[in-house]
Amino acid sequence: MKAKIHVYLKPGVLDPQGAAVAGALHNMGYDEVSSVRQGKLIELDLNSDDIETARARVEEMCANLLSNPVIESYSIELE
Amino acid sequence: MKSAVIVFPGSNCDRDAHDAIKRVTGQAPAMVWHQETALPEGTQFVMLPGGFSYGDYLRCGAMASHSAIMPAIIAHAATGAPILGVCNGFQVLTECGLLPGALMRNAQLKFICEDTAITVTNSNTRFTSRYAANAKLTIPIAHHDGNYFADTETLIRIENEGQVAFRYGANPNGSANDIAGLMNEQGNVLGMMPHPERAVDAKHGGTDGLALFESLLGSA
Repeated sequence: MKAKIHVYLKPGVLDPQGAAVAGALHNMGYDEVSSVRQGKLIELDLNSDDIETARARVEEMCANLLSNPVIESYSIELE
Repeated sequence: MKSAVIVFPGSNCDRDAHDAIKRVTGQAPAMVWHQETALPEGTQFVMLPGGFSYGDYLRCGAMASHSAIMPAIIAHAATGAPILGVCNGFQVLTECGLLPGALMRNAQLKFICEDTAITVTNSNTRFTSRYAANAKLTIPIAHHDGNYFADTETLIRIENEGQVAFRYGANPNGSANDIAGLMNEQGNVLGMMPHPERAVDAKHGGTDGLALFESLLGSA
């Protein structure tokens, strides 16, 4: 089983890297970009058979290490 | 007072911390590797040094905050013993939950290494009692991720409780409320981005960090 975890900054948390990327895109003429938020994609290969157990374990990993709940949210895709 | 300096893979201010503590107490601290599970018998003061533990991968301090030694440090903090985290040590203290908030990438996205002016916001603490109220200090900073963030509710609470120990003069990194150093509610855990251990000898270019160690450990 594979888990894809998207970690992104919570709304309201300033993202200076996203802002810098937006500035660069504007300089390149991509004026339709109104804002950029930069996050992370973390992929896990799991030795799990049961999808519900796997989801609960990955939730735990996100809460304990893979994200910082003070500034970040996450979403999990299992396949 | 018996002291310990925790050494993570990638710590690089551990020897500066060692020398600052030895200078003030006359006693060398124990250097404790992160894979230990207990502090040496009788340890009182624990310092988490600056550096780049685990290469700053994932988030600064995130993996160090799950080291084998950390449960012992969290338990030690609960006894009211003094704990100081500088730079990467501050990041570890927020990641492990001993201090509120988080340290994010500097607002200007640049690594900053320079002397910085800070003010002692609260001189009525065990870390700052040897400083005059509102004393202005010059202490070096050297970080990429020192931009302190906490939600509004938390900021109001830590301000009301007097937990902000140091504030920047000219905010170098975008930190909320110009926060440079922050204590827990009980006042026994301090995290700060500026490096007091790099300002304890005239040859460092200044000795404004000395009084922090003297406040905590007494003069040699």
